[in-house]
Amino acid sequence: MTHIAQTHRGRVWKFGAHVDTDAIIATRYLTSQDPEFLRAHCLESLDPRFATEATPGDILVGLDNFGCGSSREHAPLAIKAAGIHCVIAVSFAGIFFRNSINLGLPLLECPELAREVTAGEELDVDLSQGTVVRVCTGRVYRVPPYPPFMQQIIAAGGLTAYVRKELEARR
Amino acid sequence: MMAVGMNLAEKILARAAGRDEVVPGDFVWARVDLALANDLSGALAIREFHRMGADRVFDRDKIVLVPDHYVPNKDILAASQAKLLRDFARQQQITHYFEVGRMGIEHALLPEEGLVGPGQLVVGADSHTCTYGALGAFATGVGSTDLAAVMATGQVWLKVPETFRFTYHGSLPPWVGGKDLILFTIGQIGTDGATYLAMEFAGETIAGLPVNARLTICNMAVEAGAMTGIIAPDATTIAYLTGRFQGPLQVPVADADARPARTFQWDVSSLEPQVACPASPGNVRPVSQVAGVPVDQVVIGSCTNGYLEDLQVAAAILRGRKIRSDIRLIVIPATQRVYLEALRTGLLEVFVTSGAAVSTPTCGPCAGCHMGVLAEGERALATTNRNFVGRMGHPTSEVYLAGPAVAAATAIKGCIAHPEEVLS
Ligand code: SF4
Repeated sequence: MTHIAQTHRGRVWKFGAHVDTDAIIATRYLTSQDPEFLRAHCLESLDPRFATEATPGDILVGLDNFGCGSSREHAPLAIKAAGIHCVIAVSFAGIFFRNSINLGLPLLECPELAREVTAGEELDVDLSQGTVVRVCTGRVYRVPPYPPFMQQIIAAGGLTAYVRKELEARR
Repeated sequence: MMAVGMNLAEKILARAAGRDEVVPGDFVWARVDLALANDLSGALAIREFHRMGADRVFDRDKIVLVPDHYVPNKDILAASQAKLLRDFARQQQITHYFEVGRMGIEHALLPEEGLVGPGQLVVGADSHTCTYGALGAFATGVGSTDLAAVMATGQVWLKVPETFRFTYHGSLPPWVGGKDLILFTIGQIGTDGATYLAMEFAGETIAGLPVNARLTICNMAVEAGAMTGIIAPDATTIAYLTGRFQGPLQVPVADADARPARTFQWDVSSLEPQVACPASPGNVRPVSQVAGVPVDQVVIGSCTNGYLEDLQVAAAILRGRKIRSDIRLIVIPATQRVYLEALRTGLLEVFVTSGAAVSTPTCGPCAGCHMGVLAEGERALATTNRNFVGRMGHPTSEVYLAGPAVAAATAIKGCIAHPEEVLS
């Protein structure tokens, strides 16, 4: 798993409510697991510019129920492949949330911020402190930390690494 | 703190986690009774399984692999993924691998094969795994990496959900079924109305419904954001499982003092057939409000309404009638057994003579995979469970969701219709 910068400044891609995983990556592309291919079709039905114009380090912002629908892990994989640093939303759907934890894609539930930010603006994210700052206003938003249980999986580097360690310990 | 009684979902998770008690919000590692993957999610899961350094699955009898989304193979990429699943099943000597010609859409197949039963913890790398709550299991969709971890260790991490209980009163009017009930419910609470929750369905209406309708209801719990839907096993459940379910019957019972976090009650004795409009399963109207919307294609099938009883409802309306000449109707029995029974009982003849295309079991058009993908600007009405933007094809195409009765009537009229409109 790639290392995730704990402090980071990134540019915002803003989406609305109920961004479903079919919209993040349509089923017709799921015969591939190639991250580059998935990236090239990520979010294309909502914003065709995303695939070509998103640059590594950008931040995705959505409103309520981000990642609803199908359990396809290709959704967080495609977002990661686009180099997105983290996803901020009013709320996340359950399976998308657990997939992102397992894959090491940081998700920040921050309703006020998610509603207020606009496309193209910059945010300073501090994952270890649990803060996000809107660069244009300087306002600081707090994000509740992940429960300790999830932090163990994140600290291990995701679920694959977590299980690998456990299997090694058993041998 | 005084111990409070556990709801059905909590009871099952406590047992699976090897604990006397769990409370909503607890994180647990739980032992899985059955794990499921398909041709799409399986390919990723197998890759992660190897990355974990695992070489043998935890229990070859407790893993079910079903190629269903893109089979019979749609193209070379799809064929490679299906082969990956098949090769893995052979190499690991997976007991429950279902090949084309002997398979079905996963969530219709597992209950039919007697692989799922009450009290089990079932996880599947497919969001509609929640279907099996209809038989009193705790069943939930997970990701491919989760499934890889389960295949390697037999365990999954879960957050114990709160329970919302939905109680329905009255018996459903003619042409109204499980699909209408769940669409109505999602319309009321919204597509995030049950996020992270267990939706428990109860009341005399549920008690009067057959298992296929209950499977349809629990199937769509995830469309309200729920972790699972669940129905307490009753005589109907036990009758269905008898002679079918292969495991020991352990019927979970909620504690007498269990309290759901919220309760909802509805009288559904005069419920109209329901339709979910584009592009959300929560955008629900009674059929009378959308009647007359023209469509290009109708699909009857999927893990939501591809059961024999659904085909019977559709055939009752289509018998002796023709589909409008400019409409395509695609009928997809959910499993080989449903297909065979529909063949034996003459349902397939009704469909074919009415002008429908009948397909071998597959997810096919439900997720825009193959077998009925929509062109730019086309509109479909389907008995499937999702109508997100581009779900069945081009991003500008539209999908309306309904039960099999409205679907059959719509295929005849060429626009969304109440069954009574074509029967009278
Ligand atoms: S029929 Fe549709 S909803 Fe059901 S498993 Fe297949 S793709 Fe998913």
